[in-house]
Parts: sequence; structure tokens; C-alpha cells
Amino acid sequence: MLTYLFRRLLLSVAQLLGLAIVVFLILQAVPGDPVRIMLGERVPAELVETVRERLGLNEPMLTQLWMYLTRFATGDLGDSVTFGQSIQTLVASRIEPSAYLITYGLILAIIFGGVLGVFAAIRSGTVADFTIRILATALLAMPAFWVGLVLALVFGIAWGLFPVSGYQPGLVGAFRTLTLPAIAIALSLVAVVLRTLRSSMKRVLDSEYVEAARARGYSEGRVLARHALRNAVTPTISIVAVVVGFLIGGTAVIEQVFSIPGLGSLLVQAVERRDYPVVQAIALLAGAVVIAAGLVADLLQAALDPRVRNTISNG
Amino acid sequence: MNEHMNENQLLQIYNLRIGFGTKLNDVNPIVHGLNLSISRGRILGLVGESGSGKSLTCRSVMRLLPDGGHVLSGDVIFDGHDVLGMSKSELLAFRSTQVGMIFQDPFSSLNPTRRIGSQMIEALRTALSLSKKDAQLRALSLLEQVDISNPSAKLRMYPNELSGGMRQRVMLAIALGARPSLLIADEPTTALDTTTQAQILSLLRRVRDDDGTSILLVSHDFGVIAEMCDDVAVMYGGFIVESGPIEEVYLRPRHPYTQALIASVPTLAIPERGYRRPTIPGPPLGTLPYTSGCPFASRCTFSRAECEDVSMTLLPVGPSHTSACPFGGE
Repeated sequence: MLTYLFRRLLLSVAQLLGLAIVVFLILQAVPGDPVRIMLGERVPAELVETVRERLGLNEPMLTQLWMYLTRFATGDLGDSVTFGQSIQTLVASRIEPSAYLITYGLILAIIFGGVLGVFAAIRSGTVADFTIRILATALLAMPAFWVGLVLALVFGIAWGLFPVSGYQPGLVGAFRTLTLPAIAIALSLVAVVLRTLRSSMKRVLDSEYVEAARARGYSEGRVLARHALRNAVTPTISIVAVVVGFLIGGTAVIEQVFSIPGLGSLLVQAVERRDYPVVQAIALLAGAVVIAAGLVADLLQAALDPRVRNTISNG
Repeated sequence: MNEHMNENQLLQIYNLRIGFGTKLNDVNPIVHGLNLSISRGRILGLVGESGSGKSLTCRSVMRLLPDGGHVLSGDVIFDGHDVLGMSKSELLAFRSTQVGMIFQDPFSSLNPTRRIGSQMIEALRTALSLSKKDAQLRALSLLEQVDISNPSAKLRMYPNELSGGMRQRVMLAIALGARPSLLIADEPTTALDTTTQAQILSLLRRVRDDDGTSILLVSHDFGVIAEMCDDVAVMYGGFIVESGPIEEVYLRPRHPYTQALIASVPTLAIPERGYRRPTIPGPPLGTLPYTSGCPFASRCTFSRAECEDVSMTLLPVGPSHTSACPFGGE
């Protein structure tokens, strides 16, 4: 397990490095002169040249990449061009709602997807299973922003249960303001978790070791929890890790719909203002979260299933 | 039910009918009125090709029919207790203490994510309410009983670290944990190589000889059955077509299916040039529902018009020897 942990961590570091290089190259490829965008079209050419010099934009690309990587490694994200703040303070002021929103959405998706998936697998072939699967397909087909608007209309405006826009800090405030947006981003995820878990659970329930467990006189609850679920859950863990990436993308839209001052809406603003350093920082952060999710998923799987750690640490 | 009681019989199955279907009024019968009994301390072989209903029959003893399977009628009497009428908790206790079961594929019948020790201890604690420590000691002695060397190291291993034969031994050790009076072995050696097969079979026989455990041995291989069993029941198309003591059935088979099955057992002799081992002509039974007559008629070399009207009841043809073919296999 320790060898596996070490190798897996090393892989994550390599992934981070790759991510940083890709983000850097994409921004290099974007058309337009960043200095012109910063200063506007009407400034004299000498000033543009001084700023270029000061930002190191005249250095060869490899030198620029090296400067960028060393800054990134020390945690210095640079300054925003248009918000007049360091990116660190900017991100710090916006990260809380987004972090809560993603966590909340993920928890909802795992709980509802998990319970419904297991239930559908146990009742496989019945009306309940059929209904759950139809519902899942329907959920998957509904875009999150539309679901968000409908939720806001019904629970927010018609019934007045939750506020329809804005964010209040703290756990209670976050619960009040983030419940509707979290449901909106969780719905399609519920469908993904449900379908993955249902199919792997069904396969495991048909396996000989589950039959053998039943033949030993274990109660059905014990068979499910101690024998079936533990084996069925691994594919779902990988899927959830992949889905975290979609979740981050989804928050950008949902934060706009519910006017939540999070990183997603910051990203949209930064793109509108052509504030490349901010876009770069958020892209890096989002990528890092996805890499971390993959790491956590792999470690969880290795902890649950000895075959995972054997295959990777030997190969 | 009382007229069925017989002190010598450990397990008796009467007129068992099993069907498959999603709704109870739309069931396709697979096993048609089967009678079977196992005496204490004896090994009964259940032989037949895939789809003949042998696995379903032994699963119905544990009430472990797969989804969609139903017992349509009949009785399963174990040691005087009506298995099909047991309550949920009686059934769990019955499964954990009275019957042990091992399966065809030792690669998939152990939980791959848990250590051997944890799986054994779980079974022992469920069946015998032992303390964790006592369960561990019992697990060690069980592993020794099935000839596993260095048992304490094996307890810490995962199933994928063991060979197929080793895993089947572990399965057997778990099955024997509560000293059950019946062991059901469903094709226990089919997935193993011949050397390992011989070791597992001799282990099974030792279990019977030492503990007096009755064994229901399911196989499609008449060679294995002939070597291991005291009695044999031959199944075809959801019927028992012939049954009796093994030496009777093996030396004087009276049903054409049994005769064909025995003729197709490979021998070690080098065949003469041009020799072709006899096979049973025609395709195995498909999933078409049974209508009437002898299900083997379409593949039988001796088939005649009267086969359509055969009732498939077992008729005496020798000492304790019965066959469903009224024409004596001629």
C-alpha cells in the first residue's frame, strides 16, 4: 500500500506539471497582445514596450515558461490586470461559495445516486427499478441552468422556501442560499452515480461470492453491506472523480443563474475582461482539484480492493 | 409429510417442481417433479449435462434459487425439517450450521476484496457465535484439515494471492466450519486441473470418512461420479432418468441417456486408428417448454413412437435401481 501511495503521489505531481504547461501554452496561443488589451489601443508604443519588458514578455518562450513555473511552485499567482488586486486575495475572497457548492452538490449526488442505485439493483426488473431508470435518463437530459431556473421559480418564488439569488457566508447561510443551486448541479450527477452503481451492483449481486455469502446464512443486510457494496462501489468512485470536473464547469453557469459570487462567476467576469492571469489561475485551480479528485479516488479504490494496489505497484 | 419420514435419510426431496418466470402465472417449468434422497454418511452424485436442472435442484435445497426461479410444488425435508416452510431466521440458521456449499469456480466464489481470515472468521462467528479469538483458532485448524500449509500466513492473504486449488480448499474449509451434516459440491473440480482435481476429490472423501458428512456431488463428468459416489442420480431435461447405487448404474445402465453418457467417458487407453469416441447425437435441449413424453426421445438411438407417451416415472429395474425408460434401453 505504501509503494502504491508513493507512486500515485508521484503521478499526481507529474499531472500537475503537465496541467501547468498546457494552461501556459493555451494562453500563449490565444490571439491578441495582452499588453494592448491591458492598456487599451490608445497608448504610445514606447509605454507598451516598457510594460512588455517589465512583465518579461520579451523573453524567449522557454524562459517565460520557467519563470511561470517557479512562480507557480511558490504559490504566487501574480496580480490581476483588471481587478486591481493580487490574484491570491481575489481567489480567496471568492472560493468559499464555490467550494461549498461543489461539496454540497457532490454529497447530494452521492447520497441520492447511491441509495437509488442500490435500491434499483436489488429490485432489478421491477416497476420501481424501471421508474428510477427512466427518471435518471430524464434528469441526465435536463440542462443544469434550466433546472436551476425552474427550482428558483418553484421553491424560491412560488413557495418562498429558499432565496433565489446571492450568497450568505457561514454554514447556515450557505445551506439557505446554496441548496437550490446544489440540487441543480447534482441532478445530472445523481443519474450518473445511480446508473454506474446499479449496473456494477447488479453484476456483483449475480456473482458466486455473493451466492456463497448467502449460502453461509448471512442476513441480506450483511450480504449487501459487507460483500456486495464494497465490491460494487469501485467503478462508481472512478466515475465520481471524473464527474467532479464537469461539476466545476457546471458551477460557472449555475453561479451566474443564482448570482453567487464564487469562482465560477469570477471566471466569467475575467473572461469578459480578457484578464488572462485570472483565467489562468482559475483554470489551474480547477485542474488541480480534478487531479486531487483522481488521487483521492484511486487511493480509496486501493484501500477497498487489494487487486488495485497489486496491479499498479507491480506494473 | 410424515409418511416420508425415514431415520436413515438426511435429505429427502419429493415431487419437486422448479420453474422460471417473472410472474407467478407465467412460469416455464424447468425441473418436473423430482424425487431424490441422500442417506447419512453417503455420497450422492447428481450427473447430467448443462441445463438439465442439477444446479437448480441443489440450490433449491438451500432455497437459493436465482432471481425469477420458483419452487412450484414439492417438499424438501432435511433431517425431519421442512426446508421450504422455514421462517427467515430458521432458514439463515439452517444455511449457516446444517449445510455447507462449495461452487464450480473457486476464482469467483471468494470475496476478492477481503482477506481469507476475515471471510473465515465471519462465517465461523455467524454459525457458531464464537469470540473473535476462538474463531481465529478454529479457522487455523480448519485450514490444516484441508491440507493447507502455513495456515496463519494464508489467513492474512487475499484470494487473488492463492492458486485455484488453494481457493477451493479455503471454500471447503469455510463450508466445513460448523461441521454441517450435508455438503453440497456443485461441480467442485470442473475449473481445476486434473492433479488438483484428484486432491480435492480425495479431500471430499476424507471429510465423509472422518466426519460422516453426507455429500451431494454435482458433476457433468461420469468419471468423477463413478470414482466418488455411493449412489447416483442421472438427470436429463429436468427429470431424473435413472438412479441407483453407483456400481449398479455404472455397470448395468438401463436408460439410453445413461448408457450414452457412460460410453462417452474418455479413457487413458491409446485409441486405435480411426476410433471416434461415441457422442450423443443431436443438440442439447434448448429452452423450449417441456410438453410430454421422454425429453431424450429426439436424441435417442432406440426412440420409437411410444416414447411420446412415456410418463417419466422411475420404474424398478434392479436392486434399488430405477430407470424412467420402460423399454430398458433397447
